[in-house]
Amino acid sequence: MQVFAFYLFAVLMIASAVLVVMARNPVHSVLWLILAFFNAAGLMVLVGAEFIAMLLVIVYVGAVAVLFLFVVMMLNIDFSTLRSGFMKNAPLGVAIALILLAELVFGIGAWRAGGLDLGQPLGDAATMAGVSNTKAIGALLYSRYLFLFETAGIILLVAMIGAIVLTHREKRASRGQQNISRQVNRRPQDATVMRQPTVGEGVEL
Amino acid sequence: MDLSTSLGLIAPELVLSLSGLVLLLFAAWGGDKLARTISIATCIALGAAFALVAPAVCAGASGPDRMAFGGQFSADAFAGLAKLMIYAAAGATLVVAPRFFERLGAMRAEFALLVLFAALGMSVMVSAADLVTLYIGLELNSLSAYVLASILRDDERSAEAGLKYFVLGALASGILLFGMSLTYGFTGTTSFAGIAVATAGGLNTGMLFGLIFVLAGLAFKISAAPFHMWTPDVYTGAPTPVTMFFASAPKVAAIALLARVALEAFGTQVDAWRQVVIFAALLSIVVGALGAIGQTNIKRLMAYSSINNVGFILIGLAAATVAGVSGMMVYLAIYVVMTVGSFVAVLLLRDAEGRQLEGIADLAGLSTTRPLVAWCLLALMFSLAGIPPLFGFWGKFVVFQATVQADLVALAAIGIAASVIGAFYYIKIVKVMFFDDPADTVKGEADWAHTVLLVVCALLISPLGYFLIPWLGNIATMAASSLALPVV
Repeated sequence: MQVFAFYLFAVLMIASAVLVVMARNPVHSVLWLILAFFNAAGLMVLVGAEFIAMLLVIVYVGAVAVLFLFVVMMLNIDFSTLRSGFMKNAPLGVAIALILLAELVFGIGAWRAGGLDLGQPLGDAATMAGVSNTKAIGALLYSRYLFLFETAGIILLVAMIGAIVLTHREKRASRGQQNISRQVNRRPQDATVMRQPTVGEGVEL
Repeated sequence: MDLSTSLGLIAPELVLSLSGLVLLLFAAWGGDKLARTISIATCIALGAAFALVAPAVCAGASGPDRMAFGGQFSADAFAGLAKLMIYAAAGATLVVAPRFFERLGAMRAEFALLVLFAALGMSVMVSAADLVTLYIGLELNSLSAYVLASILRDDERSAEAGLKYFVLGALASGILLFGMSLTYGFTGTTSFAGIAVATAGGLNTGMLFGLIFVLAGLAFKISAAPFHMWTPDVYTGAPTPVTMFFASAPKVAAIALLARVALEAFGTQVDAWRQVVIFAALLSIVVGALGAIGQTNIKRLMAYSSINNVGFILIGLAAATVAGVSGMMVYLAIYVVMTVGSFVAVLLLRDAEGRQLEGIADLAGLSTTRPLVAWCLLALMFSLAGIPPLFGFWGKFVVFQATVQADLVALAAIGIAASVIGAFYYIKIVKVMFFDDPADTVKGEADWAHTVLLVVCALLISPLGYFLIPWLGNIATMAASSLALPVV
């Protein structure tokens, strides 16, 4: 069952990753990317790292991919002009491909030489027995690293304040906003004045 | 250590963060109309934090009782003294800033809050006893500072200053993080005490690389040469009250942080970092002195002056003794007063339309048009140059005394020789003010709050300041001895 799930997620992930590159429409590329993220999350669940799986779904799918989608839709990039320099940049592309190939060869060589001996974590660093990793991370964050965790929260708050201070502009009053309660509450006597004009003189309002 | 004891030790930070959060709500609902009220409330919060820190500084608190959250945060007298300077400088910024921004019609309710959060970040920085605390505090401070630099977003120079500061600050953070990860990888711990134990037997290549990268990252933050390139541009472009803030509080915080990393984490390997610090110190003194000579903008000149002063402060650190660190803290305290005073004087220079004047030529003949400002600026400039009857001389004196005691006579001799070059441009300003024909451009009304602050600063650095020596020397020595200094 596990093997079946692994191959399902792995094949789907590689297929959607290929489609991210191949898709003609950039919006479709982002959607395939989201599918790739979901499959990666599935793989993470299989190796027992459910916290990272949830992070992938929440952060990458929920925030990063949506941001990509916004950017792609707003920028309206013309991909045909981007592709036009293909022959000019081909040597660079070949060089990068060769570097990646060399890395792959090294990686496979290192893998065949046997696993790295990273040692066993001891003491505080040891994995807690019988506790899921979400719970273990939470227990650390809210006890030993409470101060740092809360201060990191303030950093995010400052980032938010900064973004708003630098970009938000007060709306111009001349845009004509509708205030419905003021409209409804307005009485005829506030808006109109009765005058009896005498002949030959102007009206003073 | 239970949670309530830890919370008691971070009381000043708690006061700052909670008042910041509450005032943020007021800023969100009240908008920019409440800007002035929020500035005043922020000043009160800073004052409360100041009052909470002061007893620990006067008592010279130190030792394991002052460590909070399992050794991540140290509320000792050294951190306390640095915090007092930081809160005072932040408070001074908030006193002068509202007038400046109101004249430009750009007063934002969030300005005071960003200063408050920057002060909170610096407060965490100086108390850091762990690499993670160090980084979190540094980022909180830097992030607020980037926004403060570009707060006049419609002004091209302010936006440019913010962008430059952001890009170079991010680069510095990257360098620092790289050094920290190497240090963590090779020592197996992020706590300063743990690093001190792990490096006691000598540094291997990885640890040495980590140390150098951490020092380079922090040198960026204190704008010590050769990592000073951003300083003149950012100081010139940022709004003047913000420049005043940058030149005072973050300098104190980053230097205190550098001292703690060097002496507590790498205290057993003084020889490994001393040459780096001496190199940065001498280069900063020379670059600061030579770079300032051709400047025509007074804010740019003050930027080079701050680079120059950082060099003298680093000389105190290079001694790596109690006397050296104590001299460094005394110098920092005097430096903060001199910087705040000089920038307040610059803020008082306005033309008839209320625009700020920043050219040195505009100072011409100030002694006849604005005698009070001119005489205060005279005292501040002579003090920055370290000419004896003024208090600035004392800071240089204690630093050099400690250096000689630590058998670094050559360093002291070069430092004193280079300080003579620096005296040139300070005296040039005095010459322009007192002996040139009046340029007659300074017209604007003087605000009383500015004038009071300027006179207070001038009195503190005048010969009257010497009455403070026993008290200042005493708390600086207690602060220095609260650090776990290397046994020489």
